[in-house]
Amino acid sequence: MLNIGGLQNGIVLDHIQAGKSMSIYKHLGLDKLDCQVAIIKNARSNKMGRKDIIKIEGGLDKVDLNVLGYIDHNITVNIIKNDVIVEKKTLSLPREITGVIHCKNPRCITSVEQELPHVFLLSDEETQTYRCKYCEEKYTL
Amino acid sequence: MKHVLSPLDFSTDELDRLMDLACDIEKNPQKYAKKCEGKQLATLFYEPSTRTRLSFESAMLSLGGSVLGFSSADSSSAAKGESVSDTIRVISCYADICAIRHPKEGAPLVASLRSGIPVINAGDGGHQHPTQTMTDLLSIRSLKGSICHMTVGLCGDLKFGRTVHSLIHALVRYPDIHFVLISPKELQIPDYIREDVLKARGIPFEEVTDLEDAMPKLDILYMTRVQKERFFNEEEYIRMKDCYILDVEKMKLAKQDMLVLHPLPRVNEISVEVDEDPRAAYFKQARYGKYIRMALILTLLELA
Repeated sequence: MLNIGGLQNGIVLDHIQAGKSMSIYKHLGLDKLDCQVAIIKNARSNKMGRKDIIKIEGGLDKVDLNVLGYIDHNITVNIIKNDVIVEKKTLSLPREITGVIHCKNPRCITSVEQELPHVFLLSDEETQTYRCKYCEEKYTL
Repeated sequence: MKHVLSPLDFSTDELDRLMDLACDIEKNPQKYAKKCEGKQLATLFYEPSTRTRLSFESAMLSLGGSVLGFSSADSSSAAKGESVSDTIRVISCYADICAIRHPKEGAPLVASLRSGIPVINAGDGGHQHPTQTMTDLLSIRSLKGSICHMTVGLCGDLKFGRTVHSLIHALVRYPDIHFVLISPKELQIPDYIREDVLKARGIPFEEVTDLEDAMPKLDILYMTRVQKERFFNEEEYIRMKDCYILDVEKMKLAKQDMLVLHPLPRVNEISVEVDEDPRAAYFKQARYGKYIRMALILTLLELA
């Protein structure tokens, strides 16, 4: 069993699908933070078998919940204050995401005007489909 | 201030009012001849177009206004690398309204976000072409009496044909419309039209490859051209371009009151002998295009 020190004030991203933590680390821009960040991979979980966990020191302003909701809305966000979980946030699919994924349609205006933000809108919640705001092309991995 | 980027930017009631105005303009052109005196329309055409640009210009001139603009990206500051956002901010200082055609999809939306004047999408890549759709709706309403209870066949390039996408978007809002989508497998409608527009609304449609089989059931046949400029591969274009040709023999299979529409220009997909058939309505459709653009300019400038 690996022991990681407790978090006095900060955020714990729990129930991350095993193996996804580094992708979240990158998309949330955690590498740019100067606070302590701990990544726990393949932790044992009764619910998931294996899961990843990320602990971030500091306030909720460190994390863009929209981005997190897009990556995996099943992640639990625990807010820790004075060593106690004071709030558990559940995520939902964001209506709009900006600057996280890029439109791949060669006919889209974003393919020639580099300064335009890449904005995607949720077009179908059930199938978790996002479409480019400009050309309406579906985002595919 | 209102922009027109998609045919859905107007409700069906607003479209009805627009079409009523277009019909009144057709009957009483003199009444509207000076309505736009002192107003300027900018036509920002980043890719070649004869019909749409001239239709917009003719519409504005017939309203007593004037026009300025460019007809290709080479003759605009886009050739120097200026963004659409910057161009529209400058044009907003000179003109009262603008029509923009751009080969890249979403360019008119980008323009509208920074514009100080109403922006009309005059066609963006393979995406939307709302004023063509309004022309098509006016043609159907004027020549058929209403826009409901009909089977509409769309034939040719349904993948890149923006007029087709816009028309489907618009027609699904009217009651009892059934679509027959006639195209080769490679040029079928994009999945967002199939899934988000047709299936999501429970609109009856069938996708077929044979035009002759479909002919007898159609009330409207909307023909399209396979557009060379939408293909990245010349060989693929050559393979597709002669897929469907409407001729006198095929017209014999159609209902006596079926209408043939085409956004024009045509290449060879409708043989010229069909022009003599009273069901061929594509040149009348071009005339309706001017009236609906006149009505749109008046409405957006709040001069109606």
